[in-house]
Amino acid sequence: MAAVTLLETRGLSKSFGGVTACDGIDLALPAGETLALIGPNGSGKSTFTAMIAGRIRPDRGRVLLRGRDVTALPAHARIAMGMAYTFQITSVFADLPVRENVALALRRTVRGEGRVQLRTEQTLGRVGLLARADQPAGDLSYGHQRVLEIAMGLAQNPALFILDEPTQGLSEPEVAEFVALMDDLPAATAVLLVEHNMDVVMRLAGRIAVLDAGGLIAVGPPDRIRADPAVQAAYLGTADA
Amino acid sequence: MIDARRSLLLHGGIVACLALLAATLPAYHAGNLTRILVLAVYAMGYNLLFGYTGLLSLGHALFFAAGMYGFGLSAALGGLSAGAALLAGVAAAALVAGLTGALALRTRDVAFMIVTLMFAQAGYLTILYLGTWTRGDEGFVLPAAARRLAGFDLRGDGARLVAALTLFSACFLATAALTGSRLGRTLIAIRENEERARMLGYDTARLKLVAVVLSGTLSGLAGAAYAMLFGYVGASFATVQYSILPLLWVLLGGAGTTVGPLVGVALMFYLIDWSSRVTDAYMLVAGAALIGLTLFAPQGVAGLIRRKAAPWLP
Repeated sequence: MAAVTLLETRGLSKSFGGVTACDGIDLALPAGETLALIGPNGSGKSTFTAMIAGRIRPDRGRVLLRGRDVTALPAHARIAMGMAYTFQITSVFADLPVRENVALALRRTVRGEGRVQLRTEQTLGRVGLLARADQPAGDLSYGHQRVLEIAMGLAQNPALFILDEPTQGLSEPEVAEFVALMDDLPAATAVLLVEHNMDVVMRLAGRIAVLDAGGLIAVGPPDRIRADPAVQAAYLGTADA
Repeated sequence: MIDARRSLLLHGGIVACLALLAATLPAYHAGNLTRILVLAVYAMGYNLLFGYTGLLSLGHALFFAAGMYGFGLSAALGGLSAGAALLAGVAAAALVAGLTGALALRTRDVAFMIVTLMFAQAGYLTILYLGTWTRGDEGFVLPAAARRLAGFDLRGDGARLVAALTLFSACFLATAALTGSRLGRTLIAIRENEERARMLGYDTARLKLVAVVLSGTLSGLAGAAYAMLFGYVGASFATVQYSILPLLWVLLGGAGTTVGPLVGVALMFYLIDWSSRVTDAYMLVAGAALIGLTLFAPQGVAGLIRRKAAPWLP
């Protein structure tokens, strides 16, 4: 018997106008696993994660979290059930201090402002932003803003961490720091990682799911995905060229 | 934590200064101060929604008038004592704010401004329509019984000023505490980036409704107090002018600062007071001042101080 299924999607579908973004996607994610979601631009990765997080309502299909149907739940209620979400386009509270950004992520669940501040400093120390705690988040470099957003996710201590292209626009050393942060996650944390950087994917993912034109064309361990002819045709072949 | 102590010192200090002013000012200015303090409560209510939550309403006269008429009608027609009528006014404003918020918050940005404006116009027209009881534009003067609170006759200048100062201080310290609280910080987060706040698990739709109700209730308390202290209830307080005024006060004083509303009301009051003695075109002077402000200090007086000198200003 495999680990407990944390997240499951059944026949999840979404069209925008006449364009099918996601077409009947079935996927299961056990607790503790890192699943990378890859596929060419426009293959429906972001739409899929947005439907899981509750930012987009699916046309058909269901989302189950810990076996409970959450399809009708609004996003904030799903987050409260143990999801954390980082945006593809960095989204922080630019005019608030770095410290307050993380504190806001904590304050929903942690009682007492003293405890919130303590945990904030621990989290900022962990990602290397403690020295910049009192700067406005908008003054941070692009890379640091991405790290801050990941810190806001870490602070929530999620059961499911959804990251939409977290290394996009990061420099090589910043990518290495990101990988180290992900390695440090508690073993029970499940991660859904939308990612273009194949080195990061190969390094972190336990399994890889490949989307193409809104459909799931392959799911499996990295070795098998790398060898899959359909995947090579759709994605790896062109990306590596 | 140092910020919290500074904040206590600042707000306590301002209340103490106002008490000193109240005790020493000549009669004319003491009368002005009474009016400024009550209107500042209205501005603080508005600031809670506009300055802290980032929702621009053009219909707050509806809440001010709900408080005023809730007080006036229940005292003049229902025969309630001033204390009970005050509660009725606040309850009326909370109810109206809850209903308005529940509907208006289905929209955002410009649509929210227009919908709140329309609700306020509907409120104004309702007051005129129910002229049998409200006496419409003409309004009505409150009976003496409605102007006695806890044994004080609020028709006297001294008692009126003490009442206004007490009310202002309570609301001022309460909003200062609120802005430092969990709720206050979450409202600021919604103002700064609503989608990010939602994706941190905050029920932003519910919190915005809470903000509308708190803001409307405080505005209604100001409306009820205005009626109680100055003894008159009239439809002019429900016109669009009274929806625009709190926006101007808060912009002038500094949106999203605790001291901004008081500063804005006082500046605008004396600007008009002074310019109307110099020229009939006093609104032109006020307009020019506002344009200058938008150009040179778009964050208002307190916002400018916060940016230049005191970044901890709450």
